[in-house]
Amino acid sequence: MGRKTLIPIGPYHPLQEEPELFKLYCDGEIVTDIKWETGYNHRGIEKLSESKTYDQVFFLVERICGICSTSHPFAFANAVEEIAGVEIPDRAKYIRTVIGELERIHSHLLWVGLAGHFLGYNTVFMWAWKYREPVLDLFEMITGNRNSYAMFKVGGVRRDIENHKIPAIRKEMSVIRKKIDLLTGAVMDDPVIHARTKGVGVLTKQDIIDYAAVGPTARASGIATDIRKDDPYAAYPLVNWKVITAQEGDVFAKAEVRLLEMYESVSIIEQCIDALEKLKEGDVSLKINEIPAGIGMGRAEAPRGEVFHFVVSDGSNSPARHKIRAPSYTNIATFRKSCIGQTIADATLSLAAVDPCYCCTERMAAVYDNSTGERILNAGELIKLSLERTKEIRKSVAGHE
Amino acid sequence: MQMDTEAVINKLTDMFSSDTLAIDLVKGRRGIVSVRPSAITAISGYLYKSEGYRFIIASALHTRRGFEIYYHFSLDAEGMILSLHVTLDSEKPQIESLSNMFSASNWIEREMHELFGINFLNHPNQEKLLSEGNWADDVYPYRKEFR
Repeated sequence: MGRKTLIPIGPYHPLQEEPELFKLYCDGEIVTDIKWETGYNHRGIEKLSESKTYDQVFFLVERICGICSTSHPFAFANAVEEIAGVEIPDRAKYIRTVIGELERIHSHLLWVGLAGHFLGYNTVFMWAWKYREPVLDLFEMITGNRNSYAMFKVGGVRRDIENHKIPAIRKEMSVIRKKIDLLTGAVMDDPVIHARTKGVGVLTKQDIIDYAAVGPTARASGIATDIRKDDPYAAYPLVNWKVITAQEGDVFAKAEVRLLEMYESVSIIEQCIDALEKLKEGDVSLKINEIPAGIGMGRAEAPRGEVFHFVVSDGSNSPARHKIRAPSYTNIATFRKSCIGQTIADATLSLAAVDPCYCCTERMAAVYDNSTGERILNAGELIKLSLERTKEIRKSVAGHE
Repeated sequence: MQMDTEAVINKLTDMFSSDTLAIDLVKGRRGIVSVRPSAITAISGYLYKSEGYRFIIASALHTRRGFEIYYHFSLDAEGMILSLHVTLDSEKPQIESLSNMFSASNWIEREMHELFGINFLNHPNQEKLLSEGNWADDVYPYRKEFR
């Protein structure tokens, strides 16, 4: 029996929707229990929303997540438009879809980069983030912002994507497709990545159903849940695309799902911009004078899974109750299944596989001795552990060849 | 799609005729059914186990009627959201926990306990979720004062 240690990871991850503290209890190198504390950055957004007008709430919910900042306005718009019973113009539908899919591409690229970094493939990290940059530039051209685009409003979008901007989007899509080819090839063919990620952090179908996990986390375990297909909204029913699934439920399967999903996103965007060119410019929103009393349930498929907004309107100009469920709320709870019984080096990877934005782990994670409270390992050393493991595997793989 | 939602809700109200109180909403692919709080585990169990619904989340409200909870379930194959609506006593709000059936409701029940003071009976660990050690006991931030 080794020395029992407590590894706190967190609490502050400013790039994550919900900053949290994970406590990994370890026996030697094996994780035996996991506990978490949340709410460090509880901003009271549901409560705040009750004091804002419907127009203002869009800016509020856009700030829930920094990476997928459009998914929350998307779900909120769906909920409010359901109460108002309006059907937005086709052009607005296509624009919303373009924004949503561009966001998925840059979010997945961000994840691929971080996953590469955790594995010790810093070249993947730098390349993925380099390829992500032009997507953010596209956002700046289309919306005026690299992030938090402020594009959505009840009844449509705030800005049009003028037709003269479309060739630039089309050109970038053809470039990004080649870059995804390159990244997918690098990940799928690498024996070391296979050794590090296959069979690691497995979530079975039953685990997914039990924890109601959503998004790529669920799709990697063979459950084809995708709100864009199941409960179609915006222009998703108007274009052709398919839901990507994998069966294994491990870290590799999650990476595979995300990588292949980017191709679908590129294809959706291409179809949308083709359709935009045929539609009249400027017809992007309806004038909505008031929101009647009622209940709306809106959802949208964010890069990490289903976002759910529940809005109760009492006929005034602000929501009477606004409940928000971000995908990480259910996905993070699966750590209990994916991490226990694994080594620390693999647990870090399993945590990252759910995509809870791990950029700040370096500054936050540390290993403490459970009995004395003395710090034994810091974050840098934790990542080093993971890197060393990749090195060992790399050596043994090279030895066999 | 309208018919589908209606058919699904009618089937539910037929099966649990003594426990369903009212159909609050049928609109497109959305439905809300008011049920007796005592029947929440039976009806949720039927939806989850027999019909393959996925638990999305639960939303609590504090209104003049007392504490209300909407349990949102998704039938992904139909793109439908069916919500079970319960109204709890305003003095001593309590209801049976669903967390022994599926883990998905574990966190949200803890959150509702913490923010609204609703007691979930037989919850596996009804500890604070958001403000561990940082907030007074018996003070519930999302409760309202009605005059």
